[in-house]
Amino acid sequence: MAAKNSDRRYTKDHEWVQLDGDIATVGITDHAQEQLGELVFIELPATERTVVANEACAVVESVKAASDVYAPLAGKIAEINETIVDDPAIVNSDAEGEGWFFRMELDDPDTFDELMDQDAYDEYLETL
Amino acid sequence: MTESLKTTPLDAWHRRLGARMVPFAGYAMPVQYDLTGPLAERCRGGVMAEHLHCRSGAALFDVSHMGQAMLTGASAAEALERLVPGDILGLKPNRQRYTLLMNDAGGIIDDLMVANLGDDRLFLVVNAGRKDVDIAHLRAHVPDGITLAVDDDRALLALQGPAAVAVLARLAPDVAALPFMGVGAVTLAGAGCIVSRSGYTGEDGFEISIPADRAEALADLLLQQPEVAPAGLGARDSLRLEAGLCLYGNDIDETTSPVEAGLTWVIGKRRKMAWDFPGGAIVRDQLDNGPTRRRVGIRPDGRAPARGHTQIVMPDGGDEAGIVTSGGFGPTLNAPIAMGYVRRDLSEDGTRLDLMVRGKPLPATVVALPFVPHRYAR
Repeated sequence: MAAKNSDRRYTKDHEWVQLDGDIATVGITDHAQEQLGELVFIELPATERTVVANEACAVVESVKAASDVYAPLAGKIAEINETIVDDPAIVNSDAEGEGWFFRMELDDPDTFDELMDQDAYDEYLETL
Repeated sequence: MTESLKTTPLDAWHRRLGARMVPFAGYAMPVQYDLTGPLAERCRGGVMAEHLHCRSGAALFDVSHMGQAMLTGASAAEALERLVPGDILGLKPNRQRYTLLMNDAGGIIDDLMVANLGDDRLFLVVNAGRKDVDIAHLRAHVPDGITLAVDDDRALLALQGPAAVAVLARLAPDVAALPFMGVGAVTLAGAGCIVSRSGYTGEDGFEISIPADRAEALADLLLQQPEVAPAGLGARDSLRLEAGLCLYGNDIDETTSPVEAGLTWVIGKRRKMAWDFPGGAIVRDQLDNGPTRRRVGIRPDGRAPARGHTQIVMPDGGDEAGIVTSGGFGPTLNAPIAMGYVRRDLSEDGTRLDLMVRGKPLPATVVALPFVPHRYAR
């Protein structure tokens, strides 16, 4: 079991978000990568793209199926992790670290605290 | 998991092994396994690893959801032949044939395996999702004096891969002598089984029909062999796609003809003289004049898979060219692959087309099937 991440928040779509100033780093949770299985293709949003909360903005594909990854909050895509495009397996091996997807400049950093904290996400996983 | 899902005789066995169960054709079926312990050292589980294990060792699939039935009677072959384009009268004892139940429009009601077990018995294996339709169709069309008995009390296991023959021959030496599409009665795990040398992966292998109450004993016995690892429906689908084999409901259905689907080889020589099967005249016309569309293999450029229902368009103007019917990622090729129907004039190998993936054209090339060469025992 991973250590508690007090500076991380989570969505019901199984994204994790870490805030640093008004820049949020976003990835998919370890639970999500495990459910998806080995990833074979990842498509990331263009930088500078403006997204609203819950907007589909990235795609992950396993052997069997394609799934959307959503913007957890409103803002602008500032940076993307090209490494996972070249090697999607990084997301399977380190979803909540090296396997981050993109960084975004949040419209309103206060919205970060509207997301689930680790305890709430763990409880949410129990209900699935 | 909804209460109404049917289970196979191996349901508890799958769950013990760490299967992820999903609904498929009304059954709870393993899509993949999260293997642990010594088994995980053979194959770590997951669609990719299970797929590759089947190409290198031996993979064990539970396909008990498929329909098994016995057609019995002196004129059983003659009766079945009226419904399919294959040469069933010419099917020798202990041989199996792939054939198609046809409708009057030249469409395909189902694809199935027919085995001649001798003594006027034909053993049929049909798709899970078409069981009810097929049985009703057969009952409506076979004459009195021929009985159709559905075997709901038998499981069906598939052992597939280059090591399958060594594994199964260790338990029943006779199976090594079975040729591709040969069938025999074999005792396995103390039970009377019907074993055929066939499968749905492009590899050498066997399908084993066994009484339900002995299925677990046989599955355990097979897993005790060091070459064997379980594999789920996920790997079964990617394996058959690489092998260029049709999935009923995706690649063929009541609106696709055998000519369009590239399955004209199922039409028996004698049947091609008489054209005396449902839709025969339409099929003949398509063979003579060419169908409007053909099933082809498709290799997308780059790494992005194109899934079923993806539109296929012309590279220049974006005019409609066809549709993807099965698509995904081929673990053996480590690349995306697809099958679909395109206009006949665009069906030549090497034709460049665009696949509309998430609103953007993804360049692709028409290629010959299969993607991965078959390695059947010949």
